[in-house]
Amino acid sequence: MENSQLLVFFLSSIGKILIIVHLLLIGVMAMIWAERRVSGWMQDRLGPNRVGFQGILQPIADGLKFLFKEDLIPDHVDKPLYVLAPAMLLVPAMVTIAVVPFGSSITILGNEIPLQIADINIGILYVLAVTSLGVYGVVLGAWASNNKYSLLGGLRSSAQMISYELTLGLAIIGVLMLTSSLSLREIAMAQGSYPWHWNFLIHFPAFLAFTTAMFAETNRLPFDLAEAEQELVAGYHTEYSSMKFAMFFMAEYMNMIVGSTVVVTLFLGGWHFFGLENIGGPVWSGLISFGIFFVKTAIFLFVFIWVRWTLPRFRYDQLMNLGWKFLLPVALTSIVVTGTLWIMTNSRLIVGIGNVVSAFIVVSIVAGLLVMKTPKPAIQDSDENSHQPLSTQ
Amino acid sequence: MIIQTIMFYVLAVGTVGAGVMVIASRNPVHSVLFLILAFFNSAGLFVMMGAEFLAMILIIVYVGAVAVLFLFVVMMLDINFAELRAGFLQYLPIGGVIGIILLAELVMVFASGAIEIEVPTNVASPTPPPDEVTNTQALGDVLYTRYAYLFQGAGFILLIAMVGAIVLTHRRRTDVRRQRIADQVARDPKAAVRLTDIEPGAEGTWKSD
Repeated sequence: MENSQLLVFFLSSIGKILIIVHLLLIGVMAMIWAERRVSGWMQDRLGPNRVGFQGILQPIADGLKFLFKEDLIPDHVDKPLYVLAPAMLLVPAMVTIAVVPFGSSITILGNEIPLQIADINIGILYVLAVTSLGVYGVVLGAWASNNKYSLLGGLRSSAQMISYELTLGLAIIGVLMLTSSLSLREIAMAQGSYPWHWNFLIHFPAFLAFTTAMFAETNRLPFDLAEAEQELVAGYHTEYSSMKFAMFFMAEYMNMIVGSTVVVTLFLGGWHFFGLENIGGPVWSGLISFGIFFVKTAIFLFVFIWVRWTLPRFRYDQLMNLGWKFLLPVALTSIVVTGTLWIMTNSRLIVGIGNVVSAFIVVSIVAGLLVMKTPKPAIQDSDENSHQPLSTQ
Repeated sequence: MIIQTIMFYVLAVGTVGAGVMVIASRNPVHSVLFLILAFFNSAGLFVMMGAEFLAMILIIVYVGAVAVLFLFVVMMLDINFAELRAGFLQYLPIGGVIGIILLAELVMVFASGAIEIEVPTNVASPTPPPDEVTNTQALGDVLYTRYAYLFQGAGFILLIAMVGAIVLTHRRRTDVRRQRIADQVARDPKAAVRLTDIEPGAEGTWKSD
């Protein structure tokens, strides 16, 4: 590389890193506000609306409050790990964004700057590797707290993460086969401008499996057994206070944001939208593509909130059944079907149809087996009246 | 180049240091964490050698899955650390002997010149040079063509091991009480609750089943 090119590379990289990290932090605050307002809307109440316009400064007030709280470190904890754990959760959540392409490219003064911090050729493996580290923050926080409820939360979380990580990895293999690249930029570019070219239609079952597994990886409501407050006080972060607790909290939202960007890149066409991303000059098209990516991510984040306030928490056996008996077979079948049909017909339409049909068959078979294996209750319903309320005699 | 040399020494010292701490640290959980640090530094060394695929697989498989299982088990151990350390020195003679044998073997191998430090460039490699294809592609090319049968064979061996492990551990035990969800769901007030009038002081009006 020439010196001037190297300089441009350095400066643009630093600029992109600064912008993206700050966007991520602002995004976390916006998500906290959005979650509380949207949940208020869904439950027909107001939510925070006092601090700033429509309560938009509420997260800042909360953050200040966290900063001024006493930073308590209990006597019985393993101190180095106790302090390390929140960072172990927050850092993997943040560094994943480094390989996600958040737009096409901007040309400034004749230098083309791709809107991505690092385009490495093993991008998606990097994402999987880094997300698999998130579990350590939870497990270490749980163990270092030296508290039985924390430990139970940590154990649940590690079992859950291991189970769903498998699905997370297997579900994207179909996408990788058709793109024949591991680079996230190339995966996003391979999907055309129109929604029917995007991966979520070609790999619909894999898309559902991946999204569900990602919900599980972020430890959010249908899957938040690690912090089930009715059973475990607050789970793995019971002993944490002040900014350390806030870091756990931020990591959850950051995981959501980064997970959404990964889904948008892999399955929802990245920065493409009906050719809108090609409008304008070399600068404007880049900015518009970034805007499209931003809006798609925001919509997906809304789905996150929506799901959280709609679905109740899974029971532990339901969680394991869903992961191992439904999602994993669906992901495995999608690999076989995608590979076979792609070699045989070379048609994305047939691969898409085959994926849906085969996933339907697999799910029906598994559901049938589960129903057959379910033990009959020892107590039979005696008659119709049995469900009437009790009356005192 | 100077940056790469510095990085190499940082990672190499990190690997060896973390490896020493795995044995030396007093707490098993800390040992597992140092093991993870060692994995990380090794992954860094792989990246420096241009084997980024192997580096990522190392992290996904070992750090993301194997070490979590280690931690899972170690966390639940209820052990007295002082007691664990008490008999530590009694293994010193046999450990020392094994160490010396390994060291002697290594010295012999290096002294005989069987291993060259510089990789000879004229040896025919099954993969194209690294600057032409990414190493993911290079690995895939040989793994699924030249070594396809070996790859399948390794897969079968792993499958058999997995089935064996499940068969060995998944036996139905009769001496534990299990939660039977079907029973709980099917329970209705008639079968589960009985309302009786108890006369104060009278005996025998309430009988347990």
